[in-house]
Amino acid sequence: MQDTCYQWAVKRGVSRRDFLKLCTATAAMLGLEASAVPKIVHALENKPRLPVIYLHLQECTCCSESFIRSGHPLTSSLILDLISLDYMETLMAPAGEQAEKSKKDILKKGGYLLVVEGSVPTGENGVFCTIGGHTTEDLLREAAENAVAVVAYGTCATDGCVQGASPNPTNAQPVHKIITDKPVIKVSGCPPIAEVITGTVAHYLTFDALPELTPEGRPRAFYEHTIHENCNRRAFFDMGLFVRDFDDEGARQGWCLFMMGCRGPLTKNACAITGFNEGTSYPIKSGHPCLGCAEDGFYDKGCFYEPVSLNAIAETKDYTNLKVAIGTTAGFAVGGALGAVVGTAMYNSHKAKQADGGPQGNAQSDDAAKSDNRSES
Amino acid sequence: MAQRIVVDPVTRIEGHLRMEAILDGTKITDAVSSGTIFRGLEIILKDRDPRDAWAFAQRICGVCTHTHALASIRSVEDALKIKIPKNANIIRNIMAAAQDVHDHTVHFYHLHGFDWIDVVSALKADPAQTSAIASSISNWHLNSTNYFKDIQAKVQALVSSGQLGIFANGYWGHSAYKLPAEVNLLGVAHYLEALNWQKEIVKIHAVFGGKNPHPNYVVGGVPCSINLNDNSVINAERLGLVKSKIDEAKTFVEQVYLPDIMAIAGFYKDQLWGKGVINYMSYGDFPKDDINDPAGFIVPRGIVLDGDMSQVHDLDLKDKNQVQEFVSHSWFNYGSDPESGLHPWEGKTVPSYDGPKPPYNELDETKGYSWSKAPRWKGQPMEVGPLARCVVSYANGNAQTQEAVDEALKTLDLGVEALHSTLGRTLARALEAKQRVQLLSDLYDDLIDNIKSGDTSTFNKDKWDPETWPTTAEGVGFCEAPRGSLGHWIRIQDKKIENYQAVVPTTWNGSPRDAKGLKGSYEVSVIDSPMANADAPLELLRTIHSYDPCIACATHLMDPNGNELMSIKVK
Repeated sequence: MQDTCYQWAVKRGVSRRDFLKLCTATAAMLGLEASAVPKIVHALENKPRLPVIYLHLQECTCCSESFIRSGHPLTSSLILDLISLDYMETLMAPAGEQAEKSKKDILKKGGYLLVVEGSVPTGENGVFCTIGGHTTEDLLREAAENAVAVVAYGTCATDGCVQGASPNPTNAQPVHKIITDKPVIKVSGCPPIAEVITGTVAHYLTFDALPELTPEGRPRAFYEHTIHENCNRRAFFDMGLFVRDFDDEGARQGWCLFMMGCRGPLTKNACAITGFNEGTSYPIKSGHPCLGCAEDGFYDKGCFYEPVSLNAIAETKDYTNLKVAIGTTAGFAVGGALGAVVGTAMYNSHKAKQADGGPQGNAQSDDAAKSDNRSES
Repeated sequence: MAQRIVVDPVTRIEGHLRMEAILDGTKITDAVSSGTIFRGLEIILKDRDPRDAWAFAQRICGVCTHTHALASIRSVEDALKIKIPKNANIIRNIMAAAQDVHDHTVHFYHLHGFDWIDVVSALKADPAQTSAIASSISNWHLNSTNYFKDIQAKVQALVSSGQLGIFANGYWGHSAYKLPAEVNLLGVAHYLEALNWQKEIVKIHAVFGGKNPHPNYVVGGVPCSINLNDNSVINAERLGLVKSKIDEAKTFVEQVYLPDIMAIAGFYKDQLWGKGVINYMSYGDFPKDDINDPAGFIVPRGIVLDGDMSQVHDLDLKDKNQVQEFVSHSWFNYGSDPESGLHPWEGKTVPSYDGPKPPYNELDETKGYSWSKAPRWKGQPMEVGPLARCVVSYANGNAQTQEAVDEALKTLDLGVEALHSTLGRTLARALEAKQRVQLLSDLYDDLIDNIKSGDTSTFNKDKWDPETWPTTAEGVGFCEAPRGSLGHWIRIQDKKIENYQAVVPTTWNGSPRDAKGLKGSYEVSVIDSPMANADAPLELLRTIHSYDPCIACATHLMDPNGNELMSIKVK
């Protein structure tokens, strides 16, 4: 008889505590809510390792590359000790019919987790992407049918990403537009941070409480706050100290990148806290404005180097104290259209929100936003 | 009797590739290579701000994640005649070298390794003997008998669990595997170590570009500033991190990757199938100072035709009679002149699917059969990639390359003609990785020297403002990506992208037939290859993997003239 995952782990000298950590890490890695952790513990104690099918649809494989960058848990430990990665084209040994067999065996058994990287091109009856002669839409529907859960991994799967940008020539669709009869957990980003989910684990272990999902279906522990709210350059924003050109004096002192087009204020992700590559950096820290890659439609929101509108910021979060001063355009080359220089902004917004009994617009900031001619489309 | 076999998906690659082959007995007599994904990125790039293009083009591929961004910003800089600061050039070179080292190592262990290493055979190994072998070929610290016992136990536990995961249904026990059990165990151990190590080298990208995959770039330089007296930009601490990752990479390549390749090659040196088109091309890369000065490239530019290494031909990416693309066997349509070849600046791409309606069993190679075009240089198919760079560099008289190749071939008791093979491709990649870790050290020293001299500039702002641009401009940006020569051609009009086209390494190597019926290098190189078992295409996979296919790259095609209408004929 097969060992259960737990029996097998014990044989290998793994403690009960470490085993529980592994279970939470598994849930985290797969983008599951922490509420799934006890189920995974139960499953691993009583069943063989959790089977996983990882589908590659219309994508660039950056999500898989990010996946193998995980430092905690290590990817090698994940795929050997925690889950049974039964189908993933990037890493699996067999090809062609033998690879299809690996998938069919698991599809028949059911009880697997489905992780999807990539979008589904629905144009022209799906001829824009086929695998084994089948359309990706057929393959996704087939794989989702007996899955215990579906994780849309990366912005291609959550939104269509670059191939879904205007004019979306292949009519690329995100996973939740195809799979509508069961929940799709969204882990967005291009690519997502490898360890973004392990924070869910930390939350669960430390506070013994379950993190929630945002209304968009993402784990709140990582997608609740905008990058701006945690940005290492935030103090310079509040002081009105802005980079005006790459490598200018402000850039050399790490000032705020708002005027360079930074979308940190519009983008909910864990970049500024968790960071990429085991916390080594994130785009703003390394001097480039945030592209907003975790947000829907980020390729179709205008030039990456034009400042975002204050209205858009106000819509992203209920900031009520956007304080804006109209300044000069001197020294501001990008687009030349922005007349506003942001002075002190978003100051103490949550307190103000509470004091005022709810979100409300700030006339001054709205006027300032209207005074610039930037397009948000 | 001949039979047609289909391998789809070809796994352990990037993207979606389908191979069909005619197998006569135990020998492949013909082959068809088809890229089965299309995303239309260049259609999407039309009318965008050229300064934004890198962020779109970068998403052509998340594996060679830095290369499309680099080619893209170079195309814009070429069009607008922007010269970048010295520090920016060095930092880009460091990122490119780090990409090569990462890509080559991951390719060998995680994408190619199972073509050479029989995982299940490792269970029969004597760990003491594996330890003895490991110690004899390298000073790597993880070489004790107990260490290999642990690895073996790990594999045994996996097999005993009945859940083999990624190892299930592999071709274990196939007659084309030649390694003794002990060397297989060594390979499995290093598969796992390489998986743990590879996340380190890419931290160099995170330092300069904020993240990996998909680090950030900027037209005119690099986005990071250097200030030794500030805590939030590139300073001594950040540079120290880069240096430590370079040193780790050097150790891993020199003590693990290269010794493994040499040990494994020793057992496979009589399996020298896989010769490709033997026309080799390198655009050249790693400019010492100026991208417009090929004489200063550390990786030389040139072309070797028909395996004749006595002569290196020059190439010009702007000459409209040199690089051209054909679509006679692709799912695209050139209208009234279907057999013509078009230079990328003048290219025309009208998707026109005439393949079988999915689900389908077979392609028809007499018609269109791929989302990849067929690029040719002066009408000839080319092989690009580490082997091509190696051959061009060797033929060019590069002392470092000649010494490395000669030494490796002497150790294996093989002649230089052995390079034209599957094994040659895999060997050339490892030798290149060794050159790149040395290059990383040299480039790091260059960066430090330049900063010491007082130069901390990383960005040229002269042409950042679109108001400074001419009404029309055209440029080409290129680099040597891990998989080979990559070019992006751009036309700018009224501050917007008028057209954009990328011709990428896997389009060269994996192309379908052209109008004259000439096959691409994938197709050529599997012909005459043995295949012992029609149900286990190990030999075919080994050869295709030796090119390190990247299909999202190959099949991103566009319509540079804005011809977005498609005619899809599903039979």
